[in-house]
Amino acid sequence: MEQASLQRVAPGSAEEAAEILREAGQGRRHVRLRGAGTKLGWGRPGLPVDLELSTERLDAILEHNEGDLTAVVEAGVTLERARETFARAGQMLPLDPPDGGGATIGGVLATADSGPLRHRHHGARDLVLGVRVALPDGTVARAGSKVIKNVAGYDLGKLMTGAYGTLGLVAEISLRLHPLPLQTVTAVVRGAAPGLVAGAASKLAHRPVEAEALDVRWEDGAGAVLARFGGASAGDQARAALDTLTAAGLEGEIVDDDDELWDRQREAQRAPDGIVVRVSTTQHGVGDALAAAHHAGGRAVGRAALGLVWIALPQQAGAGAVTALRERLAPARCVVLDAPAAVREAVDPWGEDDRAKLLLMRRVKERFDPHRTCNPGIFAGGI
Amino acid sequence: MDGPVSAPGAAPAEEANRRAADGSDLVARLRRICGDEHVLTDHFQLRTYESDGLLQYRSVPRAAVLPGSAEEVAAVVRACHRAGVPWVARGSGSGLSGGALPVQEGVLIVLTRLRRILEVDLPNQRVVCEPGVTNLAITAAVAPSHFFPPDPSSQIVCSIGGNVAENSGGAHCFKYGFTTHYVCGLEVVLPDGTVVQLGGKELDVPGYDLHGVFVGSEGTLGVATRITVRVIPSPESVRTLVAFFDSPAHAGHAVSAIVAAGVVPGAIEMMDRLSIDASEQMAHAGWPKDAGAALLVELDGPESECEARFDEVRRLCDEAGAAGVVVPRDAAQRDVFWKMRKAAFPAMGRISPHYYVQDGVIPRTRLPEVLEQIDALSREYDLRVGNVFHAGDGNLHPLVCYDGEKPGDAQRAEELAGEIVLACVQLGGSITGEHGIGVDKKRYMPKMFAEPDLAAFQKLRCAFDPDGLANPGKVMPTPRLCGEVPGPYRQHPLERAGLAERF
Repeated sequence: MEQASLQRVAPGSAEEAAEILREAGQGRRHVRLRGAGTKLGWGRPGLPVDLELSTERLDAILEHNEGDLTAVVEAGVTLERARETFARAGQMLPLDPPDGGGATIGGVLATADSGPLRHRHHGARDLVLGVRVALPDGTVARAGSKVIKNVAGYDLGKLMTGAYGTLGLVAEISLRLHPLPLQTVTAVVRGAAPGLVAGAASKLAHRPVEAEALDVRWEDGAGAVLARFGGASAGDQARAALDTLTAAGLEGEIVDDDDELWDRQREAQRAPDGIVVRVSTTQHGVGDALAAAHHAGGRAVGRAALGLVWIALPQQAGAGAVTALRERLAPARCVVLDAPAAVREAVDPWGEDDRAKLLLMRRVKERFDPHRTCNPGIFAGGI
Repeated sequence: MDGPVSAPGAAPAEEANRRAADGSDLVARLRRICGDEHVLTDHFQLRTYESDGLLQYRSVPRAAVLPGSAEEVAAVVRACHRAGVPWVARGSGSGLSGGALPVQEGVLIVLTRLRRILEVDLPNQRVVCEPGVTNLAITAAVAPSHFFPPDPSSQIVCSIGGNVAENSGGAHCFKYGFTTHYVCGLEVVLPDGTVVQLGGKELDVPGYDLHGVFVGSEGTLGVATRITVRVIPSPESVRTLVAFFDSPAHAGHAVSAIVAAGVVPGAIEMMDRLSIDASEQMAHAGWPKDAGAALLVELDGPESECEARFDEVRRLCDEAGAAGVVVPRDAAQRDVFWKMRKAAFPAMGRISPHYYVQDGVIPRTRLPEVLEQIDALSREYDLRVGNVFHAGDGNLHPLVCYDGEKPGDAQRAEELAGEIVLACVQLGGSITGEHGIGVDKKRYMPKMFAEPDLAAFQKLRCAFDPDGLANPGKVMPTPRLCGEVPGPYRQHPLERAGLAERF
C-alpha cells in the first residue's frame, strides 16, 4: 500500500539504521524496511507505516576473499552486481531466485527466496555465515563469523533469514561462495502426467548423481523434468541422467546451451499481476502439487527433490482458488507470495500456524522489537 | 566448578507457594514420572555423569533422570520449571566443551534411553528419530543407498541430540555441510515444559526459522525430543589419496591450489608430524617417518567426475612439492588411512601423558600465519603441540601435550591453548568450529563478540527460557537475567532458598 505522506530515509551505515529504528520505536512509529522493492507485496498487508527505511546506500561489497571462498556485502548490494563480481574470480553465490530487476541480497535474505541452485547448494539460510543487524533498541549486533565453519554464539543469521525484516535490519552479511562450474549441461525430458513427471524426477533424486539443479515444470497440460550438471564431466553426468529419466518413461534430450531453460524456471516463480502460491511438501507430494496446478488451470515449477513447488494461478483466480488449493494439498503448507492486495486481505497469505510455535515466535518478536517498529503485521501470525 | 549461576525469575515467596501447591519434593515427582529405577540420586552413581568428554570439568548433579519417552522428558522439564530448578540435557556425553556438564544442585536429563528411530521415510529422504540415537545409526538405517553426511569423529557413540545441540561437523562437512544443513524439523520441549513443533519434513515452513536457531544452541533453549533429518544418496565412487609434504605450510599450498581449481573434495584433512607419529603407534599405516605433514584427500561423487578430478588433485599435490603421494590399494588400506586421522586425538595419549584438544577456525588462507604463531607459542611455553586440521574449512585442532603430574603444566597447557584461539580470532576466524562454547570457552566469548552482540544473544535466549533454567552457566561469558535492568548483584533465589530442601 503506497502512502503519499510516507517519509523515506536511506541510512549510510548499520549504526545510522539502528538509531533510526530506535527513534521510531520511541515515537511508536512503524517503519517499513525495503531493498529494491521487488517483493514488497509479499506477506500480509500489515499495519500502516510512517517511515520507509531503504538500504540503497548500503551498497558496498566490503570483502571478497577469493582464496577463502567468502564475501562480506552490505544489504543493498544487488544480486546481479554480486554475481558479476564473484564470477570474475570463477566463483558464485549460489543464490538464484527470480530477479525481476535489482533484487538486493538483503531482500532475498529477508524473504528467504530461492532458485534452482538450492538443490545442490542449500538455501539462503545455509549460505549466510554471519550478519550485522541494526536492532530496534538502537544497537548493532553481530552474529556468526566470516569463516565457513563456526559454532560460537547463537545463529542469529538463521533467525533473520526469512523473518521479513520483522526483527531488525540485516545491514551486512557474510556469505559462503562456491566455485562456478566451468560448464553446465542439462537433461530435459517431457511427460503428460504430473505423477509420471514427478516420479521420474524423484527416481533421479535417489540416484548417486550430483545435479546442480533438479526441477520439474507443468504448463498447458504438459510437464518436464530438468536436471542440470556442472563439473569436469557435466556431459557424461547429464547423459547418464537422461538414461535414468527415459527409463522412467519420458522422452527428451541433452541441452548444452541451457541458461535460457533455467531463466524460465526462475521466472515462473513470479507473477507480477497474478497469484503465486509456494507449496512446502515432501518429495512424494510434488506430483500432487503439479496435479493441483493443472486442476486449477495454472502452471507450476518446483524443486523436485526438495518438495518446493511454486504454483501460478490463472489470471482470473481469486481468494477462493487459494483456499481450494490449500484444501486439496493439506497438510502441505501453501504460502501466498505474489497476489493482489484484495486476495491478501481475504486469505491469510501464511495460513494457520501451530499455536505453540506462534506463541514462541511472538516471544522472539517481543524481545527483539517490543514496540513492533519493523514491518509490523506482515509476517506469519500477524507478527 | 559451576554452581547454579543463572537465575529463575521467581521471587522466594512465589517459590514457596509453588512448593506448597506441589505438595511434594521434586525427586519424588521425577520418580513418579520416570519410575524409581530411572532416577539416580546416589552420589556414586551420579559420578558417572560428572563430566562429558572434557574431563577437566566435573560437577555432580543432585539428581539424574533417564526418561523413556518424549512425554516423560516434557513432564520432567515441567516439574523442574514448577520447582524453579535448573537442568542440563545430556546425550552420549562425548562433547568436548563441557556443554553437558551438570549444574550442581540441578537435574541432569540423560537421553540415552531415547534411542528409537521412529521413521525411515526413504521415498522422501527423511529420518525421524529420538535424540539418543547415535549419529552412525542414522546412516546405518538408510545404508547402503543413502547416508547422513555430518560425521564427527565420535560418530559411533555421539548422539544426534548432541549433534543438534552442538551443530556438529566432521571430516566431510567442507563439501556436505554441518548438522544444521540436514535438520529440517524438531519437536522441542521448551524450558517451561510446553512442546512445540519447529519445521518438519518439509522445507520453508512459514514463520521464523526456529529449528535453524535451535541447532547449535548448546542445550540452552530446550530439549529436542524428536529430530527430523534429511539423508542423501551415497556417492557412487570414492577416491582417496594421501600426499606427504615437508611442512603443513606446504601442504596448505596444495589445499589452496585444489580449492582454487574448483575441486570440492569430500574431505581434505591435514596432520602434522607429531600427530602422524602418534597415530602411527595406533593405526600402523606405514606413513614415512620424516614427513612434515600428511594431506588426506578424498574425492567422492559420480564415477566420471571423480575420475576426471583425481589425476588433477594428484598433479596439484605434486606441483605444490609433495614428497610422495600414496593411493590406498584397497578399501582396507583406505580404512587404515582414515584411522590415522580419526584416531589422532586418542593417539596423542601414546606420546604424551596428557593433552588438551583445542578447536579454532581461521580463514583458510591464513594457515601459514597461524602455524607460525602456534610454533612460537609452543617454544615460548616449552610444550609440544600437535596439529590436526580440517584443512578445507580452516578448522584447526591443535593438541597441546603436557604432563599433569608436573605442577603448573596443565594450567600452562590451557593458557597456551587459549592463546591459540585468540590468534584465530585475530586472524578473522572463530574460537570454535565444531566443539562448541560450553563452559570451556565462554571466557573467550568477549574476544569474539562485543557487548551488543552478547545482548542480542541474550534476547533470543530469554524468548525461549525467561527463567534461565536450561543449561545455565553455558555459552554466555557471564550469567544474565532476563527482563530485568542490570543492577547490583542480587542473590539467586535458589542460592538463598538452598536447593537441598527442595529435594
